[in-house]
Amino acid sequence: MTTSTLAAPRYTAETRYTVETDDPVQPRGTVEAPAFYVLDEHAHGEGYSTMLGFWLYLMSDCLLFSGLFATYGVLGGNYAAGPSPRDLFDLPLVALNTTMLLLSSITYGFAMLAVQKDNIAWTQLWLAITAFFGLCFIGIELYEFSDFIREGATPQRSAFLSSFFTLVGTHGLHVTAGLIWMATLMAQVWRHGLIEANRRRLMCLSMFWHFLDVVWIGVFTFVYLMGTLR
Amino acid sequence: MFNNSSALLKFLFGRFTLDQLPLHEPILVATFIMVATGGVAVFGAITYFRLWGYLWREWFTSIDHKRIGVMYMVLGVVMLLRGFADALMMRTQQAIAFGGSQGFLPAHHYDQVFTAHGVIMIFFVAMPFITGLINFVVPLQIGARDVSFPFLNNFSFWMTVGGAVIVMISLFVGEFARTGWLAYPPLSEYAYSPDVGVDYYIWGLQVAGLGTLLSGVNLVCTIVKLRAPGMTMMKMPIFTWTALCTNILIVAAFPILTVVLALLTLDRYIGTDFFTNDFGGNAMMYVNLIWIWGHPEVYILILPAFGVFSEVTSTFCGKRLFGYTSMVYATVVITILSYLVWLHHFFTMGSGASVNSFFGITTMIISIPTGAKMFNWLFTMYKGRIRFELPMMWTVAFMLTFVIGGMTGVLLAVPPADFVLHNSLFLVAHFHNVIIGGVLFGMFAGINYWFPKAFGFRLDPFWGKLSFWFWVVGFYLAFMPLYVLGLMGVTRRLRVFDIPSLQIWFVIAGIGALLIALGIACFLIQIGVSILKREELRDATGDPWNGRTLEWSTSSPPPAYNFAFTPVVHDNDAWWDMKQRGHDRPLTGFKPINMPANTGTGIILAGFCVAFAIGMIWYVWWLAVLSFIAALATAIGHTFNYKRDLDYPADEIARAETERSRLLEAQA
Repeated sequence: MTTSTLAAPRYTAETRYTVETDDPVQPRGTVEAPAFYVLDEHAHGEGYSTMLGFWLYLMSDCLLFSGLFATYGVLGGNYAAGPSPRDLFDLPLVALNTTMLLLSSITYGFAMLAVQKDNIAWTQLWLAITAFFGLCFIGIELYEFSDFIREGATPQRSAFLSSFFTLVGTHGLHVTAGLIWMATLMAQVWRHGLIEANRRRLMCLSMFWHFLDVVWIGVFTFVYLMGTLR
Repeated sequence: MFNNSSALLKFLFGRFTLDQLPLHEPILVATFIMVATGGVAVFGAITYFRLWGYLWREWFTSIDHKRIGVMYMVLGVVMLLRGFADALMMRTQQAIAFGGSQGFLPAHHYDQVFTAHGVIMIFFVAMPFITGLINFVVPLQIGARDVSFPFLNNFSFWMTVGGAVIVMISLFVGEFARTGWLAYPPLSEYAYSPDVGVDYYIWGLQVAGLGTLLSGVNLVCTIVKLRAPGMTMMKMPIFTWTALCTNILIVAAFPILTVVLALLTLDRYIGTDFFTNDFGGNAMMYVNLIWIWGHPEVYILILPAFGVFSEVTSTFCGKRLFGYTSMVYATVVITILSYLVWLHHFFTMGSGASVNSFFGITTMIISIPTGAKMFNWLFTMYKGRIRFELPMMWTVAFMLTFVIGGMTGVLLAVPPADFVLHNSLFLVAHFHNVIIGGVLFGMFAGINYWFPKAFGFRLDPFWGKLSFWFWVVGFYLAFMPLYVLGLMGVTRRLRVFDIPSLQIWFVIAGIGALLIALGIACFLIQIGVSILKREELRDATGDPWNGRTLEWSTSSPPPAYNFAFTPVVHDNDAWWDMKQRGHDRPLTGFKPINMPANTGTGIILAGFCVAFAIGMIWYVWWLAVLSFIAALATAIGHTFNYKRDLDYPADEIARAETERSRLLEAQA
């Protein structure tokens, strides 16, 4: 007689009994049956999968940017007798811009620390400061774009400029979306406080915001720095 | 503000004018009358029987994965009719346009027909079918109560519908793209296609693509996070494995489609130079990018079909699947390799011998894991007690057909051979061979297999077998001649022919298409007859096929909460194991189950997205801006609703489970 006993998982109420089996794979006889149902179940709770889901979304967004980077990589040298990165890019301005975004990442980190300490006022304050830096970043980017366009370096001028404006502009649109999201979350924290759902949302936005920072490091390196070296 | 009425009209309607309605094309007018009559009849019937409230409450706003799955399947069937009507028109045109005859389709119309056929069949037939099947089956198979993000699931579905609606509108208002299903530039650029056709194409796919991407994220999360206790990765049913790989592919491929279509949009709307002939643009960049999405896409479609065949084979042979581990590894290897082969779609680009060799070899390597799967199915059948029910019949037909398609695929993977066969009807025959013989046969196997789970009664086998034979014979008649024609050098998408000796092959192919039409008709009749005979075909056990995986352990149709008690898994074939070792279905001690509440936000949001797309397509900027703001406001508004769930009361569960016990006893 085979008594292949499967260890019952610790989360189940153990019910063991012997039964007749007619499984052709197993020899006829009796085997011991383990628990087949979770009798005392506790639900996963809302937001059980949110972090994984948001990571997956961020990775798909990362691929979106990788498509734009690849396009810039292929078309970025096609100036069509128009302006080149060296003619256009103003590195001190981009450095200022980058500083704004990096600072906003630090201040978002401070906001998350305040969340950990359950401090609503400081959370809101740091979020507001983060949003301010984010707005500065967008403002400087728009200024840079308008400057280019005034000089005749429009997205229509060459494939290089098309891919430049699209890559950098898509990042800018993401930051803008992040700002709208931040305003929404500030309103929600104001209304409901730092409840579980709001903490989770702040965590998601935090991931989003830092992700955009990482993408910008790529833009800064591959588009601006390497562009001026080109 | 408006100095004359034409400026006002231009503001209100963009570039839409009344002569954009195809009143001069009799075929379209007749189609419109038919569709309109049918539509009015359906609307009238729903209104007459007062079903709107029921549909809205129980289906449209439902976040139940099973209902969403069923709605995906309905969408797939409806769009199959449209896509197949296009196919019939093409087959007829090519069969008669000989000896100076121009056929019955003018070039302008014919080009739209072959484009719409491809787009609809891939995006709005095959994709809804696989997403629907995965949606319905996977949570049941892994012992979960729903997907990870039930609201997102509803939204994804309605975005897919939105894309389909946009493509359908193009049939009667304006026109569809005349570029082929992937809309290669420079033809799809504004300079060569200034009409609304390509814009319908772009926005239809963007809207549907967003839905697909979100549903991919959702299902990956579901499979990773919500499996029943004890179900380790290597104890997951093969269908769940293929669903996981498919959805990973979706998450990893669809962003590229979004990007490449967005770049084409920019080229068309603001005049950038990504894919233009001048100012440094490069059309081959588009072709590369779209195939980096497009090749994984075909594996997105075929992997779940492989999963269906695996489940069906082991169930209907009464045996554990042969080579489970190798099946899993084969699936994963195919998933990875599908990213390393995209260039075989354009060996003729001129990237040189080494690049072409690399992609030729990676392409051929894919046949190894696929072949391993084929042998696993064969060995599962070997010495099994095979029951030739409909799902098994489709599986056998698949195995025979798909091997032919696979071999012609390996043939095409040889770059020198591809230089001859590229863009020919041989290619057309090849991909129909694998998509119909693989994906579609798989979907029919899956529909026949899981229909009793979804509705509690089986599909009628007589009409099912009729449909099966019409499909299979029709398929061979329709596509084998195309292989021959392709080898003779006939290129795809031709409208008229000069060489009379070719005609017989096209006539045979046309007869094949007619047989397939009968197959589709029999399938629809099969569903109708089954509904009429549902008491006769009723299955009270919830396990009509003596199944092996967890979905068969619950009642048919499953209750909203799927499982009164979450099952514990000890074996690959969890339900088989439970049956063999005598499980005791718990009859007391029910606890309330927390379930998400229905919401109309998904359908409303998708509606605004469609309005936005229409505004963009017709240059009706006010509509685009307003609906964009409305969509944003709706989405933000939705996040202010924190109470999105409800407790399914324990006494209702107890009542449902007692009823099930009664039915089970009556059956025994």
